[in-house]
Formats: sequence, C-alpha cells, structure tokens
Amino acid sequence: MTESSQTKNLLKDHVIIDKAIEPNAGWRDLPIGAVIPKGGTSRQFTTGDWRTIRPVWSPEKCIHCHRCWLYCPDMCWVSEDKKIQGVDLTNCKGCGICANVCPTKVHAIEMHPEDTKTEHTAGED
Amino acid sequence: MALQEKLTKTAALTGNEAAAQAMRQIHPDVVAAYPITPQTEIVQLYSTFVNDGIVHTEYVAVESEHSALSATIGAAAAGARSMTATSSNGLAYMWEMLYIAAGLRLPIVMPVVNRALSGPINIHCDHSDTMGARDAGWIQIYSENAQEMYDNLIQAVRIAENPDIMLPVMVTMDGFIISHGMENVELLPDRAVEEFIGEYRYPYALLDIENPRTIGPLTLQDFYFEHKRAQADAVVKAKTVILKVGEEYGQLTDRSYELIESYRMEDAEYALVVLGSTAGTAKYVIDELRQDGEKYGLVKIRVCRPFPAVRLGEVLSRVTAVGVMDRADSFSGEGGPIFAEVRAALYGVSHRPHCINYIYGLGGRDIGPDLIRSAALDIKSLKDGSESDSLVRYLGVRE
Amino acid sequence: MALPDLAKKPVRFIGGHRACAGCGFPITIKIILQAAENPVIVGCATGCMEVTSTIYPYTSWECSFIHSAFENVAATVSGIEAAYTSLKRQGRIDKDITFIAFGGDGGTYDIGLQALSGALERGHKMVYVCYDNQGYMNTGIQRSSATPRGANTTTSPAGKKVPGKQQYPKDLTAIVAAHGIPYAAQSSMSHWNDLYRKAKKAFAADGPAFLNVLSTCRLGWGTAPEDTVDVADGAVQSRLWPLYEIEKGKWKLSLKPRRHYPVEKWMSMQGRFRHLFNPQKNETFIEEIQSQVDAKWEELVRRCSAET
Repeated sequence: MTESSQTKNLLKDHVIIDKAIEPNAGWRDLPIGAVIPKGGTSRQFTTGDWRTIRPVWSPEKCIHCHRCWLYCPDMCWVSEDKKIQGVDLTNCKGCGICANVCPTKVHAIEMHPEDTKTEHTAGED
Repeated sequence: MALQEKLTKTAALTGNEAAAQAMRQIHPDVVAAYPITPQTEIVQLYSTFVNDGIVHTEYVAVESEHSALSATIGAAAAGARSMTATSSNGLAYMWEMLYIAAGLRLPIVMPVVNRALSGPINIHCDHSDTMGARDAGWIQIYSENAQEMYDNLIQAVRIAENPDIMLPVMVTMDGFIISHGMENVELLPDRAVEEFIGEYRYPYALLDIENPRTIGPLTLQDFYFEHKRAQADAVVKAKTVILKVGEEYGQLTDRSYELIESYRMEDAEYALVVLGSTAGTAKYVIDELRQDGEKYGLVKIRVCRPFPAVRLGEVLSRVTAVGVMDRADSFSGEGGPIFAEVRAALYGVSHRPHCINYIYGLGGRDIGPDLIRSAALDIKSLKDGSESDSLVRYLGVRE
Repeated sequence: MALPDLAKKPVRFIGGHRACAGCGFPITIKIILQAAENPVIVGCATGCMEVTSTIYPYTSWECSFIHSAFENVAATVSGIEAAYTSLKRQGRIDKDITFIAFGGDGGTYDIGLQALSGALERGHKMVYVCYDNQGYMNTGIQRSSATPRGANTTTSPAGKKVPGKQQYPKDLTAIVAAHGIPYAAQSSMSHWNDLYRKAKKAFAADGPAFLNVLSTCRLGWGTAPEDTVDVADGAVQSRLWPLYEIEKGKWKLSLKPRRHYPVEKWMSMQGRFRHLFNPQKNETFIEEIQSQVDAKWEELVRRCSAET
C-alpha cells in the first residue's frame, strides 16, 4: 500500500522520539497500546514558534526572586544555583506572565515584539 | 500426568462457584468489581477469599461497573494481574472502558455472566449483553457448562498475556442456567494453575518508576490508524494462540479446546450452530435425531472473537442446510448477530448450504429439547432451496 | 521554602505541551509536583491538561502517567494504588510512591463526581487535584457546575433574555470534605506558597486528600495571557474563591483578604462578564452576586471560627 500525500505531510514534522517511535514507523514497529515508552519527549516539540512577543531579561536588574521561573507555564526560565540564568525560548509562547509577575520595582523583564533582537536570552537564539 | 490426575479433585459447584474457584487459583493481584445479578455470587465469594486471607489480592469494592473496569485498567497498567466480573447492564455501563482496555492492550480477564439487557429490565439469560460488546476489541469465549467456564478462565489468562496478543478476554457463561446450576467440576491443583499461567507480564508497568512512560496519550491522524491496525493483527494472531493454549490445557487435563466444537458432523446433512449452554441440550436432540436415522450434527462456537469463520466454512460447507441459533437479536432487521456472521463465513465456500436463523431464549425464555427438535426439523424445509419464507424465525415466542 | 530553593528540584512537567499561551494549569502542576518528595504516578482525566500534554509521540510528563477516560480518573488511580498496595504486601515492591489524580472541573464536579466520591469513601491513599478553570474549556467553553453565575459560556450564552449562567457554582470542596477524608483544601495557582504548603499536607495525609485549585483559563475567561496570575488572585481577593483547608475535620481559613475587593472589580477584568457591564451595567444582578459571595464568605468564616 502506498502512503497518501496527506499522511506524509502529517508525519513529516515528527522527530525521532526513541528507537521505538520513528516518524514513519509502520504499525508493526510501534509500541503496543500507543504507549510513549519514555518521559519528557515534548522537549523536542518546539512551541516557541507560536510567539509574537518575547521576554527580554535584564540580568543587572534581576533580584532572582524566581517568580518568572515559577509562573512560566512553559518552563522556560533557567535557574542554576538559585540564580536565574536567562530564558530558553524554545518553548516560550510569549504569554507575558513572566514580565507581569516580575516585581514592579524590579522590572527586569520586558516583552518586545518578536523581530527585536536581544542579547540576554539563553537557548535557541 | 498421573500425578496431576491424583491431585485433581472433583467438586459439586455452581457456575459462579467454579468461576470464583478459577479466580482464586489465578490469584490476581487486584480484583475491582461491582455486584450484579446473576454475577453477584462471584464477587461475594471472592471477597470472602480476600477477607479470610486465602488470597493476597487487593479487592477494590468500587461504586459502579464503570469504575470497576477503570480501576482494573489502572491496576493492570500499574503492573498487577487484575480481574473484574460483570453481567448485562453492568457490562453496558463498562462499554466505554471495554474499548479503552483493548486499545491500551491490557490483558485483563473478565468473567461475564450472560443476562438480557434492559429494557424492559430482566435478570435472566440471553446473549444481548456480550453480543453487543463483540466488537469492543476483546477476545470472547463462550462456555457450555461450569466445567468449561472454569477451564476457559484459566486458559484466558495465558491467551490475554501472550506477548503477541496482549488483549483483554471476556469469558462468558449463561446466567442462572450455568451460573446457578450445580454440576460436578474437576478442579486442577492450585499449583498446576499457577504453573500453567506463569507470571504476569505487562511491558510498560507504571509502577516501574525508573522508566516513566505515558499510557493513554492522544493519538491523532498520524498514528491512531497504525495503533488500530496493530490491534487488529493481535486479534488475528489470537486464533493460533487460543488453539495452542487449548491443546496444552488438554495435555494437563484431558480436556482440550478449539475455536469451535463439532459434534457428530462427520456425515451430517443438517447442522445447528449454537453458543453456550444450549449446546448441551442440542447435543441431546442431535443424538435423538440420529437414533431416528436423521443425519444431524452440531457446531458449537466457543470463541466468538476472533470469529472462527474459516473453521465454520470448512465444517458447514459439507451440509445441505444450517440453522443458526441466536440468543440475541441484532435489531438489524436481518436476524441475530451470529446468523449474520455465519452467513458471511459461508459466502466464500464452494458449496454454500442454506442458512436459517432461529432467535430464541430472550430474557431467559426456556429452550427445551422439543423446541430445538422443531427447529432442527424445520431446517429440512430449506432442502429444496426454497428461501422465500423469512430466514429469521423466532423460536418459542407466543404469536 | 523559598522559590530559588524550589527551583533546585528537577521539574517533572516540562515545556513543549500545547496548552494556550498563558494557561493556568501548567503552573498548578508545577507547584504541586515540586512539593512531592516521592516518585509520583499521575493519572489524568480527559481534558485540556491531558490532550495538550500527551500528543503522541510527545509527552510533557517526566513521571509515570496514565489517562484512560474523562469521568474515571479517581477510579483509574484507585486501581493503581490498589496494585501498589497488593504488590507491596507481597513484598514485590518496596519504594514509597505518591499517587496523584488530576481532573478539571468538568471531570471532577460533574461527570467524574461519582468516581471521585467512591474513591474518597474507599480511602485510597491518593491526592486528587481538581484544576478548576470554571468551565468545560477543552470542548470550547461550555458551562459546568463550577462556572460562576453570570458567566457567558457557549451553553450559557449571554442572551437577550438570559444574561449568562443562572446558577451559582456547586460547593465541591465542602462536598468532598463531607466524606470525612483526612485533608481537603481550596487553593489557587496565584498563591504558590499556599498551594505548595497544602500540597505538602495532602501528600502527607494518611488517606485520600483533595485539592481544589483555581487555575485560570484565559481563553474561557476572556483575559489577556499575561494576566493569568492576577485574575486568579482577584478571585481570591474578592472572596469569591476563598483559600481554606479542612484538616481531620477542622475548618481553617488560610487567607483573610485585608482590603475590600468587590466581586465587580474581578468580574470586570474578564470578557465572560462583559455583558453585565456593557452597554449598560446590570446593577441588580451584580449586587445579587456580591451579596451571595458575602453570605458564603460569612458562612465560611463562621465555620472556621467555630472550629477554633
């Protein structure tokens, strides 16, 4: 049986999750019962391309209160040794919660239109 | 063998007691069940085993059948051998979860005591409950008597948990007729059952926390079809596995099992096709007819899913006419579900016999030798190829 | 626990999920899972959380996860907990594991109430979390029994004759508490410290525990994505969503908002109440809602002070 062009289109975006789930895996090769045999595979699905505005972080203003880290629904803020390191934009949808929960007096995060380049972001840029 | 025979014991048991004894010997880690007539006795007995410390099973006294199967699904996915049991409306209430258990490929074994579906409400036997569930993705095995119920349940564990299959299995017996009728049942030693079924294996156990998995994700246009295709393949493969397990079980007990049972079919000109307890009465009628010089035989469908179409075709292509007895109506306007499937099975055979449907016994209406005999003789009227009358006949209903 | 310390623990729910920008429930999950010390097994009802976080072959869960259907997460997790109890009794497993069931208000207040009640009564050691976003948001914003009076939803539309949903929400937390379980609490994702502390208590409870957590749905509520935390906070400040807990039968208020914050102010932040303000303000209707909120608050305060 040949694949329809529609099927091919649906499959093309998939990356290899595991040996067990390859993008064009036939029915014989998939784990039974539609189980995803490992955790955290959505790390490979980039939701950052939904974004129209992006958070721009000013490390010099940051007090590392971690409210951005906590309230980010997409787990983008990177923390190491209790310090915010920056924002990984791979999955950032540009919701703006981080800028909003950043304490008013601190104001270390601003939302900028997506075409503005910035230096203080970690991750995909 | 000799040793096994010595340890095997015979006990007078009802079908429900035989099912409960099979469950005790299967010794599942979890049983989650809800009582419903005529299955209630099974869960009562099992609760007694639990509270008397005879089994290590965790018994979950759920608040509904929907939760019974949901909890069983959770437990089976967690990595524990898990069972439930139900009947009639209870099975209907599980409907959604039946498909999910099969789609998740969880090897759950469930005794179902056949009872008519409401409405109107009725507590007695017919097959409307499990016939409605025949396309839910479960393997279905029908039992003629309490001994078969016991034997089928034990084999069902091996079938369900076979790595090539991994599908849930429902094993049925006729409500009250078998579930509450007392028979001599030969029980295997506990140890023999334990060895026969082996350890429970589910490859993606949730409790294996070092290897986190996601069970039951959303699969869309790009993968759902592949998962369903794989599920369909497992059902096909089940035929071989069921035969292998049936043969192995025969070595253990001298009672081997196939997909169907042929009774006096060697030179038969006419055949009846039946499921469940009616097969016993029908065999008696066949013997009587044979004494009268009439060449009748019987085919009992033991495994309804997967449907043994090829085997039925082989056996039935040699006869002139077949009477298919359905203990359920499909309300398709074209007869009962088994009739439709048997006729489809005969489509491809070179010598196609006449085929007629007898819908009988709904809501527990008694089916005695006289009625079966009248149906058997009625089949002869089809001999000359006259199919002008309705092919669907209701047996034992007041006009 | 200070937030920077909380960030040192690995997060067991990651990005790449397909929830809307500014969705509230990922925050709820994060706070709750950070409070868990043991390995967790999560069960999830059908709903936004499940469909956005497990689109095959992608999963955002770093822990063991199962979804089976909409109305039965409490029963499914009951089965997992029973399997654990059985295997532990048999000596086949020795680890301590925490079991969490997540359901939206649809899967908890409505279609899943029976399974929830059954599981609570049987006493399975699990933490049931209702991420309450006040409506059936996954199917496109229909009213649930958690939807506040006056809200415009697709099945309680703001019509010419009927201004949105007519009924007040069901008091689920009280219904759950009536089961006599060791711990039940109401919290909000806007109040992380409160939620974190309550999740800790829930995990430590000797039996079933329940958390009803207000989790903003900015699409269904008609709010800007960046206001997700603020609008949930408004529900708490206005006393429409009081924070309290019932520990071994004792009712305790967790937060008494200091300033008067009219419900009207909270409602006016959200598109779903717009018809009560435009073209003209529906004073009577809003006043009636305010007096109901006040009455419920007084009742809660009485209940809590009677216990002390």
